Amino acid sequence: MATFKVNGVEHTVDVEADMPLLWVLRDELGMTGTKFGCGIASCGACTVHVNGSAVRSCVLPVSAVEGQDITTIEGLAQQARTASTAVGTFTPTSQLSAVQQAWIDHQVPQCGYCQSGMIMAVSSLLASNPNPSDAEIDASINNVCRCGSYPRVRRAIRSITA
Amino acid sequence: MKISRRRFILASAVAGGGLLVGYAATRPSKHRVANNTLASGDEKFVTNFIKIDPDNEITIYVLHSEMGQGIHTSLAQMAADELDANWEDVRVEQAPALDLYAANDMINGFAEEYGLPNFLKGMVEALSPAIAGMANLQITGGSASIRYTGQHGMRYAGAAAREMLIQCAAEQWGVAASECTTELSHVHHNASGRSLSYGELTAAAAELEPPSDPVLKDRSQFNIMGKAISRVDIPAKVDGTAEFGLDHHSDDMLYAAIRLAPVFGTKLVSVDATEALQRRGVKRVIELEDSVAVVADNYWRAKEALKLVKSEFESSENDNISSADIAARFDTELASSDGDKDFEQGDADAGLEAAADVIEASYRVPYLAHAPMEPMNCTVHIHDGRADLWTSTQDPLSMRGRVASVAGLSEDNVTHHPSYCGGGFGRRLPFNWNVIDHATKIAMEFDVPVKTVFSREDDMQQDYYRPAVFSNFRGGLDASGNVTTWHNRFTGPIQVPGASHIPYAIANQSIRVVDGETHVPIAAWRSVDHSQQTFFIESFMDELAHRAGKNPYQFRMDLLNDHPRHQRVLRTAAEAAGYGQNLPEGHALGLSIQESFGSICAQVAEVSIEANGQPRVHKVTAAIDCGWAVNPDGVESQVESGIIFGLSAALYGEISIENGRVAQNNFPDYEMVRMATSPEIDVHIIESGEALGGLGEPATPPIAAAVTNAIYILTGQRVRELPIRKHKLNPSPSLASV
Repeated sequence: MATFKVNGVEHTVDVEADMPLLWVLRDELGMTGTKFGCGIASCGACTVHVNGSAVRSCVLPVSAVEGQDITTIEGLAQQARTASTAVGTFTPTSQLSAVQQAWIDHQVPQCGYCQSGMIMAVSSLLASNPNPSDAEIDASINNVCRCGSYPRVRRAIRSITA
Repeated sequence: MKISRRRFILASAVAGGGLLVGYAATRPSKHRVANNTLASGDEKFVTNFIKIDPDNEITIYVLHSEMGQGIHTSLAQMAADELDANWEDVRVEQAPALDLYAANDMINGFAEEYGLPNFLKGMVEALSPAIAGMANLQITGGSASIRYTGQHGMRYAGAAAREMLIQCAAEQWGVAASECTTELSHVHHNASGRSLSYGELTAAAAELEPPSDPVLKDRSQFNIMGKAISRVDIPAKVDGTAEFGLDHHSDDMLYAAIRLAPVFGTKLVSVDATEALQRRGVKRVIELEDSVAVVADNYWRAKEALKLVKSEFESSENDNISSADIAARFDTELASSDGDKDFEQGDADAGLEAAADVIEASYRVPYLAHAPMEPMNCTVHIHDGRADLWTSTQDPLSMRGRVASVAGLSEDNVTHHPSYCGGGFGRRLPFNWNVIDHATKIAMEFDVPVKTVFSREDDMQQDYYRPAVFSNFRGGLDASGNVTTWHNRFTGPIQVPGASHIPYAIANQSIRVVDGETHVPIAAWRSVDHSQQTFFIESFMDELAHRAGKNPYQFRMDLLNDHPRHQRVLRTAAEAAGYGQNLPEGHALGLSIQESFGSICAQVAEVSIEANGQPRVHKVTAAIDCGWAVNPDGVESQVESGIIFGLSAALYGEISIENGRVAQNNFPDYEMVRMATSPEIDVHIIESGEALGGLGEPATPPIAAAVTNAIYILTGQRVRELPIRKHKLNPSPSLASV
């Protein structure tokens, strides 16, 4: 048994302690926005937030998130909406987070398969470092995008940093 | 190259059969079939690609797969513009896997251009009789969607629908059609001030036969084409709702993890699954001819249990084959065979004999995996004499047919549920059947959906690879440094005709292909033969330039006088890159150009050498002449994508063979360009107004030679074998002045 919150909703799952969070999300909870890419934490397609920090869920045993708050790509917009509602600036067009909107504005995704993880990784970076240098972006965002969206990822990040 | 009898018959039958105008090939009007099978309520198809509902919402059906190239948007732009639709009210839908949406315009286009390239020929032959078989392909590949389906299908469909709507309005008003105009999904009669929406006309228009020869717009009349319209698939790709094949989920589904024969072509001998069957959630262990699979209620459980399965595969004559053995075979083949003619001109033997200077060079590139980000997968649900199929694919119709044939069902009883593709690059084309066949056979054992998933390791070790190719050159220069002779022998097979041909004005040419077949399965890989051949050609051109003491840019320009489009592309890229101007200390520019899939792309790479002996690619400046841009931002993003895909291969990519099997396992040993190694990319689109060219592939071929040509300037080291990471590069004073 493991109990944790995903996008604000509490879930209790009866699974082995060593089952990676990725497969709990995808196969047990049916939340498929988080992607399987390599299974060895190399590509970052499976990136989620645990208590706000980016983590590669394909190697994270579910036992490690007991009692923790998990945010997936499905919850990112919802989280942004909650935050902006709090300051009274909610509008229908602000449902997406700033990173998601920048991804649309700069037409970042191609096949899009890696972009859930890419967006989660960038969101976590910008939350802790709102104005990263290029070197900090390079060091922090090492997700694989086979379509080569990297120049646009950088452009989109730059559009929302100071 | 060898031209098979089948190819000849097919090409001439198509050419002689009056099918070449794509839109005409869609007659008799398929929209009647679409209305019977796909329309509901008051919505009506007006031509089979365009559905209009009474509220004036327009749905455009795109038959090609969206795998990141933006095709759902750009093909819809082509139809919507000719239709004079209001883009705000246009929706795009993936056309279902039905014969109604076979890619006839594309197949006809290929038949006209090449006969048929080998990668399509195999498919057509397998679906014989040849002409009838063409109706069963729904392929996305060959950088063909815009230039064939778009130009010969979607534009005509839009124009035809517009004329049908005008005709209905004119009849209703009792005026001449020529007095009516269209704008933003409405027909207007300006003389009387009357207007009707397309939605109000759709029911009547659906009763008409589409005109046989609708008039297309002139480029000056475009409202939607030529604009950088935002892609329709992107919003779902930023909020996690985009569904890829792997994402199909139902509560009752089961999951299969599979171990395939590690040496290609061998069979399973024995299995001991005792331990695996004890594991939680495991339902069955299934033995197939070439593999063993564990089926469980969760993929991780299946994969963990598979580790406990003991299995033995038969031994084979290939068990001891390594990359070194393959290399030795290729060398022997090149040394002992004169091969088959690919292209001959003048007298290359005499040219070499008469040359004042002959230079020789041997190039080689390895096998490569496609490694799309979405690992290969296929979900099949067989029930009640039917099958439902979910798989990311570059050809839904062929996949439907394959599942039907493996499961012994009629094609009409198999439904493919469309999804986005998490990358394709050739991996998801027909004839790369492995995951489809396995998933179908496994699902035949159950009455619930079963999702068969290749792990990344399976994906890398059970691919159909880009062929390894060796290429030996001899070039002849006269006493003034003019190239007189181009002599090239390379290992085949030729998958797409013309990739080894050169645009340069060299009098004597002999280009021949020898046998390069091994036990390693091969397939089309983004740009097919061009990624290997452009590295060879553009590297050896650079060798000739330096040997002749000429500037590599001017050397090429002088030999391209018969190809003004090439000259303009190369000049544009060079000027934009600041070629010939001062660069930062320790940087150099290398250049390369290639025509492929109807587009011409030149690239200039700015490179330096790092302390670790590896190159750093700072910037790539690209120019592309694709005729004209349907969606300029889409063009730029495909060029960026093609460059990075080619750069990953050039810097790192190698699939090697050890003991008959693939040595690489996962991304750490098949590395990719990432943020830290991604260059700045500057794209220049040349609007020549010539015929539309492709974009998914043409930017991939030039980058390798652009980088290695810069490396030569920096180090004096000529990289003749990829990937570059195998070479220790030594920063040294520049040997050349560029």
